[in-house]
Amino acid sequence: MSNAVSALSGAEFQGIAHVKEQGLIGMITLRGDFASDAFKAAAEAVSGCALPEVRKITVADNGNRLAWMSPDEMLLVCDHGAAPQAVADLTERLGGEHSMVVNVSDARAVFRIEGEKCREVVAKVAPVDMADFGVDDFRRTRFAQVPAAFWMSGAESVDVVCFRSVAQYMFDLLSVAAQEGSEVGVY
Amino acid sequence: MLILECPYCGVKGEETEFHGGGEAHLKRFGPGSDDDQFHDYLFSRVNPKGVHLERWRHVNGCGKWFHAARDTMTLEVFGTYSAQVFEPPQDIKDKISAKRPGWQWREFS
Repeated sequence: MSNAVSALSGAEFQGIAHVKEQGLIGMITLRGDFASDAFKAAAEAVSGCALPEVRKITVADNGNRLAWMSPDEMLLVCDHGAAPQAVADLTERLGGEHSMVVNVSDARAVFRIEGEKCREVVAKVAPVDMADFGVDDFRRTRFAQVPAAFWMSGAESVDVVCFRSVAQYMFDLLSVAAQEGSEVGVY
Repeated sequence: MLILECPYCGVKGEETEFHGGGEAHLKRFGPGSDDDQFHDYLFSRVNPKGVHLERWRHVNGCGKWFHAARDTMTLEVFGTYSAQVFEPPQDIKDKISAKRPGWQWREFS
């Protein structure tokens, strides 16, 4: 089998914040009826995470994350190698339940913006108020001209997910926003 | 700037995060209708100065369609509501009435 390669093979940029492509990360799109007990049970059992509230993200002990994407869609973030098994488990547990489980790991790229000024870098390119954005918040929005989703993986670190096809655009965009001496000083 | 609040995910975002979907509450006239009805369904749209009901999609967010009641002149948004309704809910009508007494839009007032 061919080797899986991430979009930018770990490209990095250091400015007012550190921008790094995160390499291979497993991502599973999970759609269904959130009100259904079978759906809740399957999602919680396989991810190990509690079901997130609206626009929130939850973390499991093993590092898995479960994010609220829309009223009928969740995103499970896990190890790249563990994704196919998680898809199989979810599909089996959901059985005849009205749902959809798809491994989208290789359709996406993930970046991490790390540093004291990470909020500032995001605020420059996305129409989001970063002042009250916390570690358990999750937001789908646009980064300049491309759709993206992000959450805070730590107090001073933001993880950004975008489509793989726009990975280079996203990296260039974040690098410009993180240029040395470009801080606005709002956050 | 037009600021809308998505009724599904609660995001208060500016216009660029959304996409307009034209007039709201269109009734479809398909097979069995006469030519005039079908023509109006396809082509005839209101273009009011003032209160307007529209469809919007949270395109860069949760991706869901919803309805918005707004003023086309001042860009004031009276409220947003679910897409799964045939007419604006009473609380939205009340909000519009409070600010634009005597408003009328198609058959709603």
